[in-house]
Amino acid sequence: MTDRLLIPLLALACVIAAFFACLLGSTPLPVERVIAAFMGGGDAADRLVVWAIRLPRALAAFLTGAMLGISGAALQGLLRNPLAEPGVLGVSASASLVATSAIFFGAVAVNPWFLPLAAIIGAVIATGLLALAAIRTQSVVTLILVGVGLSSFAGAMMSLMMNLAPNPFSLAEMINWMLGSVANRSFDEIGFVFPFMAAGVLILLVSRRGLSALTLGEEAASGLGLNLRRQRILTVLGAGLATGASVALAGAIGFVGIVAPHIIRPIVHHDPARSLIPSALLAGLILMVADIFVRIVPSQNELKLGVVAALIGAPAFVWIAMQRRSVHD
Amino acid sequence: MTDLTVSDLTVEAKHTVLVETANFSLKTGELVALLGPNGAGKTSLIRGALNLERPTSGTASLNGQPLATLSPSQRARKIAYLPQIRPLAWPNKVRDIVALGRFSHGAALGKLSATDDAAVARAISACDLTDLEHRAADTLSGGELARVHCARAFAAECPLLIADEPTAALDPRHQFRILDLIKTFVEKGGGALLVLHDVELAARYATRLIWMKDGKIVADGSVAETLTQQRLADVYGVRATIDGTRVLMDGAL
Repeated sequence: MTDRLLIPLLALACVIAAFFACLLGSTPLPVERVIAAFMGGGDAADRLVVWAIRLPRALAAFLTGAMLGISGAALQGLLRNPLAEPGVLGVSASASLVATSAIFFGAVAVNPWFLPLAAIIGAVIATGLLALAAIRTQSVVTLILVGVGLSSFAGAMMSLMMNLAPNPFSLAEMINWMLGSVANRSFDEIGFVFPFMAAGVLILLVSRRGLSALTLGEEAASGLGLNLRRQRILTVLGAGLATGASVALAGAIGFVGIVAPHIIRPIVHHDPARSLIPSALLAGLILMVADIFVRIVPSQNELKLGVVAALIGAPAFVWIAMQRRSVHD
Repeated sequence: MTDLTVSDLTVEAKHTVLVETANFSLKTGELVALLGPNGAGKTSLIRGALNLERPTSGTASLNGQPLATLSPSQRARKIAYLPQIRPLAWPNKVRDIVALGRFSHGAALGKLSATDDAAVARAISACDLTDLEHRAADTLSGGELARVHCARAFAAECPLLIADEPTAALDPRHQFRILDLIKTFVEKGGGALLVLHDVELAARYATRLIWMKDGKIVADGSVAETLTQQRLADVYGVRATIDGTRVLMDGAL
Protein backbone atom coordinates (compact mmCIF):
# COMPACT_ATOMS: atom_id res chain seq x y z
CA MET A 1 0.00 0.00 0.00
CA THR A 2 1.49 3.35 -0.96
CA ASP A 3 1.08 6.42 1.19
CA ARG A 4 -0.78 8.23 -1.62
CA LEU A 5 -3.67 5.76 -1.51
CA LEU A 6 -3.70 5.59 2.26
CA ILE A 7 -6.05 8.49 3.01
CA PRO A 8 -8.64 7.69 0.28
CA LEU A 9 -8.66 4.01 1.28
CA LEU A 10 -9.11 4.77 4.95
CA ALA A 11 -11.86 7.29 4.20
CA LEU A 12 -13.63 4.69 2.06
CA ALA A 13 -13.31 2.11 4.83
CA CYS A 14 -14.82 4.62 7.29
CA VAL A 15 -17.83 5.20 5.01
CA ILE A 16 -18.33 1.45 4.63
CA ALA A 17 -18.05 0.95 8.40
CA ALA A 18 -20.60 3.70 9.01
CA PHE A 19 -22.95 1.99 6.56
CA PHE A 20 -22.54 -1.33 8.38
CA ALA A 21 -23.12 0.44 11.67
CA CYS A 22 -26.56 1.38 10.31
CA LEU A 23 -27.28 -2.19 9.12
CA LEU A 24 -26.23 -4.10 12.19
CA GLY A 25 -27.60 -3.97 15.67
CA SER A 26 -30.04 -5.64 18.02
CA THR A 27 -32.53 -5.66 15.12
CA PRO A 28 -30.59 -5.91 11.86
CA LEU A 29 -32.06 -3.87 9.02
CA PRO A 30 -31.81 -5.15 5.44
CA VAL A 31 -29.67 -3.10 3.03
CA GLU A 32 -32.57 -1.80 0.94
CA ARG A 33 -34.43 -0.49 4.00
CA VAL A 34 -31.30 1.33 5.26
CA ILE A 35 -30.75 2.89 1.82
CA ALA A 36 -34.41 3.89 1.67
CA ALA A 37 -34.14 5.47 5.13
CA PHE A 38 -30.98 7.32 4.06
CA MET A 39 -32.84 8.78 1.10
CA GLY A 40 -35.59 9.97 3.44
CA GLY A 41 -37.99 7.23 2.34
CA GLY A 42 -38.88 3.89 3.88
CA ASP A 43 -41.03 3.66 6.97
CA ALA A 44 -40.80 6.11 9.86
CA ALA A 45 -39.43 3.56 12.35
CA ASP A 46 -36.55 2.71 10.01
CA ARG A 47 -35.76 6.39 9.53
CA LEU A 48 -35.76 6.88 13.28
CA VAL A 49 -33.41 3.92 13.84
CA VAL A 50 -31.00 5.05 11.11
CA TRP A 51 -31.05 8.84 11.55
CA ALA A 52 -31.64 9.24 15.27
CA ILE A 53 -29.89 6.21 16.72
CA ARG A 54 -27.40 4.36 14.56
CA LEU A 55 -25.90 7.10 12.39
CA PRO A 56 -25.23 9.60 15.22
CA ARG A 57 -23.78 6.76 17.28
CA ALA A 58 -21.45 5.72 14.44
CA LEU A 59 -20.47 9.34 13.88
CA ALA A 60 -19.79 9.81 17.59
CA ALA A 61 -17.59 6.70 17.61
CA PHE A 62 -15.75 7.93 14.52
CA LEU A 63 -15.19 11.46 15.87
CA THR A 64 -14.08 10.21 19.28
CA GLY A 65 -11.57 7.85 17.70
CA ALA A 66 -10.41 10.42 15.17
CA MET A 67 -9.72 13.02 17.87
CA LEU A 68 -7.77 10.52 19.97
CA GLY A 69 -5.88 9.25 16.91
CA ILE A 70 -4.81 12.69 15.69
CA SER A 71 -3.94 13.84 19.23
CA GLY A 72 -1.90 10.68 19.84
CA ALA A 73 -0.03 11.04 16.55
CA ALA A 74 0.72 14.72 17.20
CA LEU A 75 1.85 14.18 20.80
CA GLN A 76 4.04 11.26 19.72
CA GLY A 77 5.66 13.53 17.14
CA LEU A 78 6.13 16.32 19.67
CA LEU A 79 7.52 14.10 22.42
CA ARG A 80 9.30 11.73 20.02
CA ASN A 81 7.87 8.81 21.91
CA PRO A 82 5.51 6.20 20.41
CA LEU A 83 3.86 5.71 23.81
CA ALA A 84 2.71 9.32 24.22
CA GLU A 85 -1.05 9.71 24.20
CA PRO A 86 -3.67 12.18 25.45
CA GLY A 87 -4.05 9.83 28.42
CA VAL A 88 -0.33 9.98 29.23
CA LEU A 89 -0.33 13.77 29.47
CA GLY A 90 -3.32 13.70 31.82
CA VAL A 91 -5.67 15.52 29.45
CA SER A 92 -8.29 12.74 29.35
CA ALA A 93 -8.09 12.21 33.10
CA SER A 94 -8.47 15.91 33.85
CA ALA A 95 -11.41 16.18 31.48
CA SER A 96 -13.04 13.18 33.17
CA LEU A 97 -12.31 14.64 36.59
CA VAL A 98 -14.10 17.91 35.94
CA ALA A 99 -16.98 16.05 34.28
CA THR A 100 -17.25 13.71 37.27
CA SER A 101 -17.23 16.71 39.62
CA ALA A 102 -20.13 18.15 37.68
CA ILE A 103 -22.04 14.93 38.32
CA PHE A 104 -20.95 14.75 41.96
CA PHE A 105 -21.97 18.31 42.81
CA GLY A 106 -25.29 17.93 41.04
CA ALA A 107 -24.62 20.42 38.24
CA VAL A 108 -25.57 17.80 35.67
CA ALA A 109 -28.90 17.23 37.39
CA VAL A 110 -29.63 20.95 36.92
CA ASN A 111 -28.75 20.93 33.25
CA PRO A 112 -27.40 17.94 31.30
CA TRP A 113 -25.36 20.30 29.07
CA PHE A 114 -23.05 20.96 32.02
CA LEU A 115 -21.54 17.51 31.52
CA PRO A 116 -19.89 18.06 28.11
CA LEU A 117 -19.08 21.63 29.09
CA ALA A 118 -17.28 20.41 32.21
CA ALA A 119 -15.21 17.90 30.22
CA ILE A 120 -14.06 20.59 27.82
CA ILE A 121 -13.22 22.94 30.70
CA GLY A 122 -11.19 20.16 32.34
CA ALA A 123 -9.24 19.48 29.15
CA VAL A 124 -8.58 23.17 28.57
CA ILE A 125 -7.33 23.59 32.16
CA ALA A 126 -5.03 20.57 31.78
CA THR A 127 -3.89 21.90 28.42
CA GLY A 128 -3.21 25.31 29.93
CA LEU A 129 -1.10 23.78 32.71
CA LEU A 130 0.83 21.72 30.17
CA ALA A 131 1.32 24.79 27.97
CA LEU A 132 2.71 26.65 31.00
CA ALA A 133 5.03 23.75 31.73
CA ALA A 134 6.03 23.72 28.06
CA ILE A 135 6.97 27.40 28.23
CA ARG A 136 8.95 27.02 31.44
CA THR A 137 10.89 23.86 30.67
CA GLN A 138 13.15 22.86 27.81
CA SER A 139 12.79 19.20 28.63
CA VAL A 140 10.33 16.75 27.12
CA VAL A 141 10.85 14.38 30.03
CA THR A 142 9.68 17.09 32.42
CA LEU A 143 6.62 17.69 30.28
CA ILE A 144 5.75 13.97 30.33
CA LEU A 145 6.27 13.85 34.09
CA VAL A 146 3.98 16.86 34.58
CA GLY A 147 1.39 14.96 32.53
CA VAL A 148 1.83 11.80 34.58
CA GLY A 149 1.43 13.85 37.77
CA LEU A 150 -1.67 15.53 36.41
CA SER A 151 -3.11 12.18 35.41
CA SER A 152 -2.43 10.60 38.81
CA PHE A 153 -3.90 13.57 40.65
CA ALA A 154 -7.06 13.50 38.52
CA GLY A 155 -7.33 9.74 39.12
CA ALA A 156 -6.98 10.20 42.88
CA MET A 157 -9.60 12.95 42.97
CA MET A 158 -11.92 10.77 40.93
CA SER A 159 -11.49 7.85 43.34
CA LEU A 160 -12.16 10.24 46.21
CA MET A 161 -15.43 11.37 44.67
CA MET A 162 -16.50 7.79 44.00
CA ASN A 163 -15.56 6.98 47.57
CA LEU A 164 -17.79 9.80 48.82
CA ALA A 165 -20.58 9.31 46.28
CA PRO A 166 -23.84 10.29 48.01
CA ASN A 167 -25.97 7.59 46.37
CA PRO A 168 -25.64 4.56 44.10
CA PHE A 169 -27.22 6.52 41.26
CA SER A 170 -24.45 9.13 41.03
CA LEU A 171 -21.83 6.41 41.56
CA ALA A 172 -23.25 4.50 38.61
CA GLU A 173 -23.24 7.64 36.49
CA MET A 174 -19.60 8.39 37.35
CA ILE A 175 -18.60 4.83 36.52
CA ASN A 176 -20.45 5.05 33.21
CA TRP A 177 -18.51 8.20 32.43
CA MET A 178 -15.19 6.59 33.28
CA LEU A 179 -15.86 3.47 31.22
CA GLY A 180 -16.53 5.42 28.04
CA SER A 181 -19.36 4.85 25.61
CA VAL A 182 -21.03 6.39 22.57
CA ALA A 183 -24.45 4.80 23.19
CA ASN A 184 -27.49 7.10 22.76
CA ARG A 185 -25.54 10.06 21.38
CA SER A 186 -27.55 12.52 19.32
CA PHE A 187 -26.59 14.90 16.54
CA ASP A 188 -27.23 17.73 19.03
CA GLU A 189 -24.58 16.43 21.40
CA ILE A 190 -22.17 15.96 18.49
CA GLY A 191 -22.91 19.49 17.28
CA PHE A 192 -22.04 20.91 20.69
CA VAL A 193 -18.53 19.41 20.79
CA PHE A 194 -17.81 19.64 17.07
CA PRO A 195 -16.50 23.25 17.05
CA PHE A 196 -13.92 22.31 19.70
CA MET A 197 -12.89 19.27 17.67
CA ALA A 198 -12.60 21.34 14.50
CA ALA A 199 -10.50 23.98 16.27
CA GLY A 200 -8.18 21.34 17.72
CA VAL A 201 -7.73 19.57 14.39
CA LEU A 202 -7.10 22.86 12.61
CA ILE A 203 -4.37 23.85 15.09
CA LEU A 204 -2.72 20.42 14.79
CA LEU A 205 -2.79 20.45 10.99
CA VAL A 206 -1.46 23.99 10.70
CA SER A 207 1.49 23.22 12.99
CA ARG A 208 2.21 19.69 11.79
CA ARG A 209 5.32 20.47 9.70
CA GLY A 210 7.31 21.22 12.84
CA LEU A 211 6.73 17.65 14.01
CA SER A 212 8.82 16.40 11.08
CA ALA A 213 11.68 18.67 12.13
CA LEU A 214 11.48 17.33 15.69
CA THR A 215 12.51 13.92 14.36
CA LEU A 216 16.09 15.20 14.59
CA GLY A 217 15.69 16.19 18.26
CA GLU A 218 14.86 19.56 19.75
CA GLU A 219 18.30 21.11 19.38
CA ALA A 220 18.61 20.26 15.70
CA ALA A 221 14.99 21.23 15.09
CA SER A 222 15.65 24.69 16.56
CA GLY A 223 18.70 24.86 14.33
CA LEU A 224 16.49 24.10 11.33
CA GLY A 225 14.48 27.19 12.15
CA LEU A 226 11.66 25.69 14.21
CA ASN A 227 10.21 27.90 16.94
CA LEU A 228 10.23 25.22 19.59
CA ARG A 229 8.14 27.01 22.18
CA ARG A 230 5.41 27.89 19.69
CA GLN A 231 5.39 24.31 18.38
CA ARG A 232 4.98 22.87 21.88
CA ILE A 233 2.15 25.25 22.74
CA LEU A 234 0.25 24.67 19.49
CA THR A 235 0.53 20.89 19.61
CA VAL A 236 -0.46 20.70 23.27
CA LEU A 237 -3.35 23.11 22.74
CA GLY A 238 -4.62 21.37 19.61
CA ALA A 239 -4.41 17.93 21.22
CA GLY A 240 -6.05 19.31 24.37
CA LEU A 241 -9.04 20.73 22.52
CA ALA A 242 -9.53 17.62 20.40
CA THR A 243 -9.17 15.27 23.36
CA GLY A 244 -11.38 17.34 25.66
CA ALA A 245 -14.12 17.38 23.06
CA SER A 246 -13.82 13.61 22.59
CA VAL A 247 -14.06 13.02 26.35
CA ALA A 248 -17.09 15.31 26.43
CA LEU A 249 -18.73 13.14 23.80
CA ALA A 250 -17.78 9.66 24.94
CA GLY A 251 -15.99 9.69 28.28
CA ALA A 252 -12.45 8.39 28.67
CA ILE A 253 -11.47 5.89 25.99
CA GLY A 254 -7.87 4.81 26.15
CA PHE A 255 -5.15 3.38 23.93
CA VAL A 256 -6.69 4.00 20.52
CA GLY A 257 -4.42 7.07 20.35
CA ILE A 258 -1.40 4.80 20.66
CA VAL A 259 -2.46 1.90 18.46
CA ALA A 260 -3.60 3.78 15.35
CA PRO A 261 -0.46 5.95 14.89
CA HIS A 262 1.69 2.88 15.51
CA ILE A 263 0.09 1.10 12.55
CA ILE A 264 0.19 4.19 10.32
CA ARG A 265 3.77 5.27 11.01
CA PRO A 266 5.65 2.76 8.79
CA ILE A 267 3.28 3.47 5.88
CA VAL A 268 4.03 7.21 5.95
CA HIS A 269 7.80 6.63 6.22
CA HIS A 270 7.80 7.49 9.95
CA ASP A 271 7.03 11.14 9.27
CA PRO A 272 4.91 12.44 12.18
CA ALA A 273 3.42 15.25 10.06
CA ARG A 274 2.12 12.84 7.44
CA SER A 275 0.78 10.46 10.10
CA LEU A 276 -1.84 12.86 11.52
CA ILE A 277 -4.73 12.50 9.06
CA PRO A 278 -4.35 8.74 8.44
CA SER A 279 -4.05 8.13 12.21
CA ALA A 280 -7.27 10.08 12.78
CA LEU A 281 -9.10 8.08 10.11
CA LEU A 282 -7.78 4.73 11.31
CA ALA A 283 -8.57 5.45 14.97
CA GLY A 284 -12.07 6.56 13.95
CA LEU A 285 -12.47 3.36 11.95
CA ILE A 286 -11.24 1.23 14.86
CA LEU A 287 -13.75 2.75 17.26
CA MET A 288 -16.61 2.47 14.76
CA VAL A 289 -15.86 -1.22 14.23
CA ALA A 290 -15.38 -1.78 17.97
CA ASP A 291 -18.73 -0.09 18.60
CA ILE A 292 -20.47 -2.32 16.05
CA PHE A 293 -18.96 -5.29 17.90
CA VAL A 294 -20.19 -3.88 21.23
CA ARG A 295 -23.72 -3.61 19.85
CA ILE A 296 -24.02 -7.04 18.27
CA VAL A 297 -22.19 -9.15 20.85
CA PRO A 298 -24.82 -10.93 22.93
CA SER A 299 -24.35 -9.90 26.55
CA GLN A 300 -26.63 -9.05 29.44
CA ASN A 301 -25.35 -5.52 30.00
CA GLU A 302 -24.15 -3.77 26.86
CA LEU A 303 -20.36 -3.77 26.83
CA LYS A 304 -18.85 -0.30 27.15
CA LEU A 305 -16.78 0.87 24.19
CA GLY A 306 -14.01 2.11 26.50
CA VAL A 307 -13.73 -1.31 28.11
CA VAL A 308 -13.42 -3.09 24.77
CA ALA A 309 -10.91 -0.49 23.53
CA ALA A 310 -8.78 -1.02 26.64
CA LEU A 311 -9.01 -4.82 26.39
CA ILE A 312 -7.52 -4.64 22.88
CA GLY A 313 -5.39 -1.55 23.44
CA ALA A 314 -3.61 -2.32 26.69
CA PRO A 315 -1.88 -5.51 25.44
CA ALA A 316 -0.99 -3.62 22.23
CA PHE A 317 0.53 -0.88 24.41
CA VAL A 318 2.71 -3.40 26.22
CA TRP A 319 3.72 -4.99 22.93
CA ILE A 320 4.72 -1.61 21.44
CA ALA A 321 6.63 -0.74 24.61
CA MET A 322 8.54 -4.05 24.50
CA GLN A 323 9.54 -3.43 20.90
CA ARG A 324 11.21 -0.10 21.62
CA ARG A 325 14.94 -0.17 21.36
CA SER A 326 16.82 1.09 24.36
CA VAL A 327 18.92 3.53 22.28
CA HIS A 328 15.89 5.73 21.78
CA ASP A 329 16.00 6.67 25.46
CA MET B 1 30.00 37.68 1.45
CA THR B 2 28.26 36.80 4.68
CA ASP B 3 29.67 37.38 8.11
CA LEU B 4 28.57 36.48 11.59
CA THR B 5 29.98 38.82 14.20
CA VAL B 6 29.72 38.10 17.89
CA SER B 7 30.49 40.99 20.23
CA ASP B 8 30.92 40.89 23.98
CA LEU B 9 28.68 37.85 24.24
CA THR B 10 27.99 36.63 27.77
CA VAL B 11 25.86 33.55 28.39
CA GLU B 12 24.76 32.58 31.87
CA ALA B 13 22.66 29.73 33.19
CA LYS B 14 21.46 29.58 36.79
CA HIS B 15 23.94 32.30 37.80
CA THR B 16 26.89 30.39 36.37
CA VAL B 17 28.80 32.21 33.67
CA LEU B 18 29.18 29.82 30.74
CA VAL B 19 30.59 32.29 28.23
CA GLU B 20 32.20 35.58 29.26
CA THR B 21 32.41 38.58 26.90
CA ALA B 22 33.34 36.57 23.85
CA ASN B 23 34.21 38.26 20.56
CA PHE B 24 34.73 36.50 17.26
CA SER B 25 33.62 36.53 13.67
CA LEU B 26 32.98 33.97 10.97
CA LYS B 27 33.10 34.90 7.31
CA THR B 28 32.46 32.99 4.12
CA GLY B 29 35.67 31.47 2.81
CA GLU B 30 36.88 30.58 6.31
CA LEU B 31 37.04 27.23 8.04
CA VAL B 32 37.36 28.03 11.71
CA ALA B 33 37.97 25.40 14.37
CA LEU B 34 36.75 26.09 17.90
CA LEU B 35 39.01 24.31 20.36
CA GLY B 36 38.93 23.87 24.09
CA PRO B 37 38.59 21.28 26.83
CA ASN B 38 35.26 19.82 27.95
CA GLY B 39 33.21 22.42 29.79
CA ALA B 40 35.08 25.36 28.25
CA GLY B 41 31.79 26.77 26.96
CA LYS B 42 32.14 25.92 23.26
CA THR B 43 28.57 24.68 22.84
CA SER B 44 27.19 27.59 24.89
CA LEU B 45 29.15 30.02 22.72
CA ILE B 46 27.66 28.49 19.58
CA ARG B 47 24.14 28.46 21.00
CA GLY B 48 24.49 32.05 22.16
CA ALA B 49 25.88 33.08 18.78
CA LEU B 50 22.89 31.44 17.04
CA ASN B 51 20.51 33.04 19.51
CA LEU B 52 19.24 29.58 20.48
CA GLU B 53 20.15 30.57 23.99
CA ARG B 54 19.40 34.15 24.94
CA PRO B 55 22.68 35.83 25.87
CA THR B 56 22.82 37.77 29.14
CA SER B 57 24.59 40.54 27.30
CA GLY B 58 26.31 41.15 24.02
CA THR B 59 25.06 40.62 20.50
CA ALA B 60 25.47 38.37 17.53
CA SER B 61 24.81 39.92 14.16
CA LEU B 62 24.65 38.66 10.63
CA ASN B 63 25.91 41.16 8.05
CA GLY B 64 25.35 43.86 10.64
CA GLN B 65 21.79 42.85 11.51
CA PRO B 66 21.27 41.57 15.06
CA LEU B 67 20.33 37.86 14.98
CA ALA B 68 17.74 38.46 17.70
CA THR B 69 15.69 40.46 15.19
CA LEU B 70 15.59 37.57 12.71
CA SER B 71 12.91 34.89 12.88
CA PRO B 72 14.19 31.35 13.50
CA SER B 73 13.63 30.40 9.88
CA GLN B 74 15.29 33.57 8.53
CA ARG B 75 18.31 32.70 10.65
CA ALA B 76 18.21 29.06 9.55
CA ARG B 77 18.32 30.11 5.89
CA LYS B 78 21.64 31.86 6.58
CA ILE B 79 23.35 29.58 9.09
CA ALA B 80 23.02 25.80 9.04
CA TYR B 81 23.55 24.29 12.47
CA LEU B 82 24.65 20.73 13.18
CA PRO B 83 24.41 20.02 16.91
CA GLN B 84 26.14 17.02 18.42
CA ILE B 85 24.54 14.01 16.82
CA ARG B 86 21.70 12.46 18.80
CA PRO B 87 19.75 9.33 17.95
CA LEU B 88 16.83 9.93 15.61
CA ALA B 89 13.36 9.53 17.03
CA TRP B 90 12.09 7.43 14.14
CA PRO B 91 13.74 5.22 11.47
CA ASN B 92 13.22 7.75 8.66
CA LYS B 93 14.50 7.36 5.14
CA VAL B 94 17.86 8.99 4.41
CA ARG B 95 16.34 11.20 1.73
CA ASP B 96 13.67 12.47 4.14
CA ILE B 97 16.28 13.40 6.74
CA VAL B 98 18.28 15.32 4.15
CA ALA B 99 15.05 16.99 3.03
CA LEU B 100 14.54 18.31 6.58
CA GLY B 101 17.46 20.60 5.78
CA ARG B 102 14.97 22.49 3.60
CA PHE B 103 12.63 23.08 6.55
CA SER B 104 13.41 26.79 6.79
CA HIS B 105 12.52 27.14 3.11
CA GLY B 106 9.04 25.86 3.91
CA ALA B 107 9.52 22.32 2.61
CA ALA B 108 7.09 19.64 3.80
CA LEU B 109 8.24 16.03 3.56
CA GLY B 110 6.60 14.03 0.80
CA LYS B 111 5.81 17.05 -1.36
CA LEU B 112 9.02 18.96 -2.01
CA SER B 113 9.06 21.81 -4.51
CA ALA B 114 11.34 21.48 -7.52
CA THR B 115 13.86 23.87 -5.91
CA ASP B 116 13.89 21.92 -2.65
CA ASP B 117 14.12 18.62 -4.48
CA ALA B 118 17.12 19.84 -6.51
CA ALA B 119 18.90 21.10 -3.37
CA VAL B 120 18.31 17.74 -1.66
CA ALA B 121 19.63 15.88 -4.69
CA ARG B 122 22.78 18.06 -4.78
CA ALA B 123 23.43 17.51 -1.07
CA ILE B 124 22.92 13.75 -1.42
CA SER B 125 25.38 13.46 -4.28
CA ALA B 126 27.90 15.83 -2.62
CA CYS B 127 27.94 13.60 0.45
CA ASP B 128 28.12 10.42 -1.60
CA LEU B 129 24.80 9.10 -0.29
CA THR B 130 23.17 8.17 -3.60
CA ASP B 131 23.28 4.45 -2.82
CA LEU B 132 21.84 4.97 0.64
CA GLU B 133 19.08 7.40 -0.35
CA HIS B 134 16.21 5.00 0.34
CA ARG B 135 17.69 3.24 3.36
CA ALA B 136 16.17 3.65 6.82
CA ALA B 137 18.40 5.70 9.11
CA ASP B 138 18.51 3.00 11.79
CA THR B 139 20.32 0.65 9.41
CA LEU B 140 23.24 3.04 8.86
CA SER B 141 26.68 2.97 10.48
CA GLY B 142 27.87 5.93 12.56
CA GLY B 143 30.01 7.20 9.69
CA GLU B 144 27.15 6.99 7.21
CA LEU B 145 24.82 8.76 9.62
CA ALA B 146 27.36 11.58 10.09
CA ARG B 147 27.39 12.03 6.30
CA VAL B 148 23.58 12.11 6.28
CA HIS B 149 23.61 14.92 8.86
CA CYS B 150 26.21 16.81 6.81
CA ALA B 151 24.00 16.40 3.76
CA ARG B 152 20.98 17.82 5.55
CA ALA B 153 23.04 20.83 6.65
CA PHE B 154 24.28 21.32 3.07
CA ALA B 155 20.75 20.91 1.68
CA ALA B 156 19.80 24.17 3.40
CA GLU B 157 22.33 25.87 1.06
CA CYS B 158 23.22 28.43 3.69
CA PRO B 159 26.32 30.59 3.35
CA LEU B 160 27.46 29.61 6.85
CA LEU B 161 27.68 26.31 8.71
CA ILE B 162 28.21 25.79 12.43
CA ALA B 163 28.84 22.21 13.53
CA ASP B 164 29.33 20.93 17.06
CA GLU B 165 31.76 18.02 17.04
CA PRO B 166 30.85 16.75 13.55
CA THR B 167 33.58 14.11 13.79
CA ALA B 168 32.82 12.80 17.28
CA ALA B 169 32.88 9.01 17.58
CA LEU B 170 33.99 8.48 13.98
CA ASP B 171 36.90 6.35 12.81
CA PRO B 172 39.89 8.23 11.31
CA ARG B 173 38.82 7.69 7.70
CA HIS B 174 35.33 9.02 8.35
CA GLN B 175 36.74 12.00 10.24
CA PHE B 176 38.74 12.86 7.13
CA ARG B 177 35.74 12.32 4.88
CA ILE B 178 33.51 14.63 6.92
CA LEU B 179 36.17 17.33 7.08
CA ASP B 180 36.81 16.95 3.35
CA LEU B 181 33.10 17.52 2.71
CA ILE B 182 33.13 20.64 4.86
CA LYS B 183 36.38 21.83 3.24
CA THR B 184 34.74 21.50 -0.19
CA PHE B 185 31.75 23.46 1.11
CA VAL B 186 34.13 26.26 2.20
CA GLU B 187 36.04 26.18 -1.11
CA LYS B 188 32.74 26.65 -2.93
CA GLY B 189 32.18 29.87 -1.01
CA GLY B 190 30.76 28.78 2.35
CA GLY B 191 32.06 29.56 5.80
CA ALA B 192 32.26 27.00 8.59
CA LEU B 193 32.81 27.02 12.34
CA LEU B 194 33.52 23.57 13.75
CA VAL B 195 33.95 22.43 17.31
CA LEU B 196 36.72 19.85 17.17
CA HIS B 197 38.52 17.84 19.79
CA ASP B 198 41.33 16.60 17.60
CA VAL B 199 43.85 19.45 17.59
CA GLU B 200 45.91 17.91 14.82
CA LEU B 201 42.90 17.48 12.56
CA ALA B 202 41.88 21.06 13.34
CA ALA B 203 45.35 22.33 12.46
CA ARG B 204 45.29 20.40 9.20
CA TYR B 205 41.95 21.72 7.96
CA ALA B 206 41.27 25.05 9.65
CA THR B 207 42.19 28.45 8.29
CA ARG B 208 41.86 29.86 11.79
CA LEU B 209 41.71 28.49 15.33
CA ILE B 210 39.67 29.89 18.20
CA TRP B 211 40.79 28.65 21.60
CA MET B 212 38.47 28.65 24.58
CA LYS B 213 39.01 28.01 28.25
CA ASP B 214 36.74 28.59 31.26
CA GLY B 215 34.14 30.45 29.22
CA LYS B 216 36.61 32.87 27.65
CA ILE B 217 38.18 33.02 24.21
CA VAL B 218 41.89 32.98 24.99
CA ALA B 219 43.26 33.07 21.45
CA ASP B 220 41.99 33.58 17.92
CA GLY B 221 44.30 33.38 14.93
CA SER B 222 46.00 31.30 12.30
CA VAL B 223 47.43 27.89 13.06
CA ALA B 224 50.96 29.24 12.86
CA GLU B 225 50.19 32.04 15.32
CA THR B 226 48.16 30.20 17.91
CA LEU B 227 49.18 26.55 17.94
CA THR B 228 52.01 26.46 20.46
CA GLN B 229 53.29 24.14 23.12
CA GLN B 230 52.44 26.73 25.75
CA ARG B 231 48.87 27.10 24.40
CA LEU B 232 48.25 23.34 24.60
CA ALA B 233 49.58 23.38 28.14
CA ASP B 234 47.42 26.38 29.13
CA VAL B 235 44.20 25.34 27.42
CA TYR B 236 44.21 21.55 27.63
CA GLY B 237 46.72 20.94 30.39
CA VAL B 238 48.75 18.53 28.26
CA ARG B 239 52.42 18.13 27.46
CA ALA B 240 52.96 18.23 23.71
CA THR B 241 55.50 18.73 21.00
CA ILE B 242 54.58 20.55 17.81
CA ASP B 243 56.06 20.22 14.36
CA GLY B 244 54.19 22.33 11.81
CA THR B 245 50.64 20.99 11.91
CA ARG B 246 51.79 17.77 13.59
CA VAL B 247 50.96 17.59 17.26
CA LEU B 248 52.29 14.89 19.52
CA MET B 249 50.69 14.82 22.93
CA ASP B 250 52.43 12.63 25.44
CA GLY B 251 50.66 13.15 28.71
CA ALA B 252 48.68 15.27 31.12
CA LEU B 253 50.42 18.06 32.96
